[in-house]
Amino acid sequence: MHYRSLSQVRNDLDNGSLTLPELVRHYLRNIEENAHLNAFLSVYGDSALEHSEKIQTKLLKGNAGRLAGLVLGIKDVLCIKDRPLQASSRILDSFHSQFTATAIQRLIDEDAIIIGRLNCDEFAMGSSNENSAFGPVLNPLDNNRVPGGSSGGSAAAVASDCCLAALGTDTGGSVRQPAAFCDIIGLKPTYSRISRYGLASYASSFDIIGILSKSVEDAALLLEIMTGYDEMDSTSSNEPVLRYAELAGNHEKLKIGMLNYSGDEGIDPDILQYMRSISSELKELGHVVEEIDFPELEYALPTYYILTTAEASTNLSRYDGVRYGHRSTNGHDLESMYKKSRSEGFGEEVRRRILLGTFVLSANYYDAYYTKAQKVRRFLQDKTRSLFDKYDFVILPTTPTPPFKFGENATPLQMFLADLFTVLASVAGIPAISLPLGKTSEGLPVGVQVMSDAFTEDKLLSFSNYLMQETLTSKA
Amino acid sequence: MLKYKPTIGLEVHIQLSTRSKVFCADKNEYGSAANTNISEISLAHPGTLPVLNKTAIEHAIKMGFVCKSSISQEMFFDRKNYFYPDLPKGYQLTQDKTPICVGGEIQIRDGMGKFKTIKLTKIHLEEDAGKLIHEQTSSFSMVDFNRAGVPLIELVTEPVIENDEDAVSLLIELRKIVRYLGISDGDMEKGSLRCDANVSIAPLGLKELGKKVEVKNMNSFRHVQKAIQYEIKRQGSILEKGNEVISETRLYDVDSGETYDMRTKEELNDYRYFPEPDLCPFYISQEWLDQIRKQIPILPSQYIEKFIHQYAIAENDALTLTESRELAQFFDQVCEKSGNYKAAVNWLIGPCKSYLNEMNCEINETNLTVDRLTALIEIVDQNRVSFSVASSEILPHLFSDKTANPLDLGIKLNLLIDESIDQIENFVEELIKKYPEKVAAYKNGKKGLLGMFMGELMKETGGKIDPKKASETIKAALES
Repeated sequence: MHYRSLSQVRNDLDNGSLTLPELVRHYLRNIEENAHLNAFLSVYGDSALEHSEKIQTKLLKGNAGRLAGLVLGIKDVLCIKDRPLQASSRILDSFHSQFTATAIQRLIDEDAIIIGRLNCDEFAMGSSNENSAFGPVLNPLDNNRVPGGSSGGSAAAVASDCCLAALGTDTGGSVRQPAAFCDIIGLKPTYSRISRYGLASYASSFDIIGILSKSVEDAALLLEIMTGYDEMDSTSSNEPVLRYAELAGNHEKLKIGMLNYSGDEGIDPDILQYMRSISSELKELGHVVEEIDFPELEYALPTYYILTTAEASTNLSRYDGVRYGHRSTNGHDLESMYKKSRSEGFGEEVRRRILLGTFVLSANYYDAYYTKAQKVRRFLQDKTRSLFDKYDFVILPTTPTPPFKFGENATPLQMFLADLFTVLASVAGIPAISLPLGKTSEGLPVGVQVMSDAFTEDKLLSFSNYLMQETLTSKA
Repeated sequence: MLKYKPTIGLEVHIQLSTRSKVFCADKNEYGSAANTNISEISLAHPGTLPVLNKTAIEHAIKMGFVCKSSISQEMFFDRKNYFYPDLPKGYQLTQDKTPICVGGEIQIRDGMGKFKTIKLTKIHLEEDAGKLIHEQTSSFSMVDFNRAGVPLIELVTEPVIENDEDAVSLLIELRKIVRYLGISDGDMEKGSLRCDANVSIAPLGLKELGKKVEVKNMNSFRHVQKAIQYEIKRQGSILEKGNEVISETRLYDVDSGETYDMRTKEELNDYRYFPEPDLCPFYISQEWLDQIRKQIPILPSQYIEKFIHQYAIAENDALTLTESRELAQFFDQVCEKSGNYKAAVNWLIGPCKSYLNEMNCEINETNLTVDRLTALIEIVDQNRVSFSVASSEILPHLFSDKTANPLDLGIKLNLLIDESIDQIENFVEELIKKYPEKVAAYKNGKKGLLGMFMGELMKETGGKIDPKKASETIKAALES
């Protein structure tokens, strides 16, 4: 039993060779067997089984929702009513959410089953899942390597078949990068495409819920159901929701740009090699493929880190020990209560980013950093979006390296470089997907990232599906 | 005598009376039990987001229209970052860079009744914080978040106010405007209207302003006045000694009537304002603006104008009648119905106003209706009842009783002028006999005694006589 898509599950459920409670028990067993991965922070076995029975009955009656049969894991930054929510941080010790995120509610309404809460980097800040208060998550492909971050638990859970799909969040690559590292699919939709209500903010103008799955069709179906305006999030888009799940599209003679990055140092040669091979493969398939020089890419990373830390520094001010979460017992007055609670509650990386963000917003440096970064963001947005005047899709690697070993990226700067290729779509607010297409000579996974223009997820997904079917993933 | 010229600027916070809070659906209600009007949004739980309340925007725009401000059609909110237990998100949503109303002015009257125009810098929209509660018996501080997220407008004047009296006039005018607009109850005691004053003084003739001191914590008009007076005096004596005023924030102490240094590091606070990324920039269409403009009711100045010119009312009376929108509206309607403007003024400013003052309520909160006051005026005009009887015997029933009709009341209580009493002369004759010394005094010029005779006559006849006729008869008898 190793399902790669909901349609496979539904097929077996429909022909009677599988029942939904059996499927849930299968995943629960896998969760237990893979406990060493440290992907799950909570397992909702009882409620998952209970729901599976109810949904099984609905299936028999023929009135089950579109997601009946889908067993889902949820990153620990997304709210589910009466469930713990900690963003993998001590600062939210013992906190339970009092409401369910809009996007998750829409999935539950279509009979998705939620099987557990997934580990991640604290407040989604990190690229290796080493920044969790609950310890790192191991890569199921090689336990000495990181699963990527920040949605490391989500990627590891899907890759180790502990659930069919998982929700993550992507601020600068946090869905795509771990998907690449764990050899699965990771979709980051257009900014504002899915309601953020119930997503514990890291950087509000970048954050978006993303999907980790084994098939493009599952990603498309989940997106279709979660998407759409939400009155609880006034920044959510009211662009029409398209029928992503149909994966309809014409794949004849597409114009594809291969994005070159001149500063090639630090990029794994196997990855560069794989990108060249996919380029020629696409040409063979009859598409027009051009190389794009995009020297501006080097500005994406600093822009991203200035703006996200600025927003994070104030988004995380609410964690002050006054109303909920961790309050230090060592405080002797208001100020020391704040300082001690926050110093004890937040991990090192979160503290670093709060400090950075506080610095760039401070009166003396605001214009030099924040204002300037906003201008550069607009510039990069325009520059990136204009690529789609010419190209249907732009392709680049998801990551500069394959999954690295624990402790390998020792300095924060090295770690920040892991986001080099993913931050561009985040800064520009456009959709991007990481597809598990390649392998290095060592057999490590290589993610190929495809970007398309804002609100063209329909095209992006159908092209992704085409790529997954047409290209030989083990060719390199 | 005066060596220094004070300059005052006010920052006035006004809570808007919307049904829900400015960024979520929680109730905006004063006086609820602590922490009952709070959801996860008011408490800033992880994952919550603000959604802007359109009524709050409309209220702020109405205020801007009345103050002749220019209205920003494109705006966004900013985060003002600081830590305090009453501030759930760790930042306040406010409008630092794009205030909803820019510029504008408010007309006030100074102590001499002269018009003055106070220029405004801006009016912006923001959210209120919660409230800390310190109980003396407890070593804990408690916090009530009901107020967190209540919509506020902050109105900032230019530093152009010349004295404490004008500052208070401005506040009274502001309260009147927000009450007319129905956008706030403007009650300082409840904290729905709060005021900080920036006070500086400079030697007369000097163009530059002195160092500014911000005074806070005044909970009534009187406190504002006393705090400003004190601050002007305090700064004067500092300059007299040749010292410099320190620019700082001071708190007013109600008991001593003095201001004192807050002793906090607030001056060093860097609020790190930046645009709120959880809310889209907000656009106000011309159609919406036009719609809002149509909702603006008749304002006190317009009523005053009408009362003076159309009803020929004295300016002072017009001022009194427009103190509240309810009274002005009532008066206007009585005038329209009855046509006897003078009687309407006398009734409303006289007996009605004393009743309202005594009961501390607005006229619409009583049972008196326009129709019934008009009817009362009519029967007085027709000489069927005297004004004094009508006001002392009939009016109280009209206030307390929902249905009583003035004429029926007059009949039922036996108060109508008895036309058959044509022997007023007899009563007068009796009185003349009874008080010979007073008659002599009157004849010697003490004309004021006429009132005494009238009073006696009214007592004798139970008030059921036509006062005009009575007074003429007494006069004739006294002067014969």
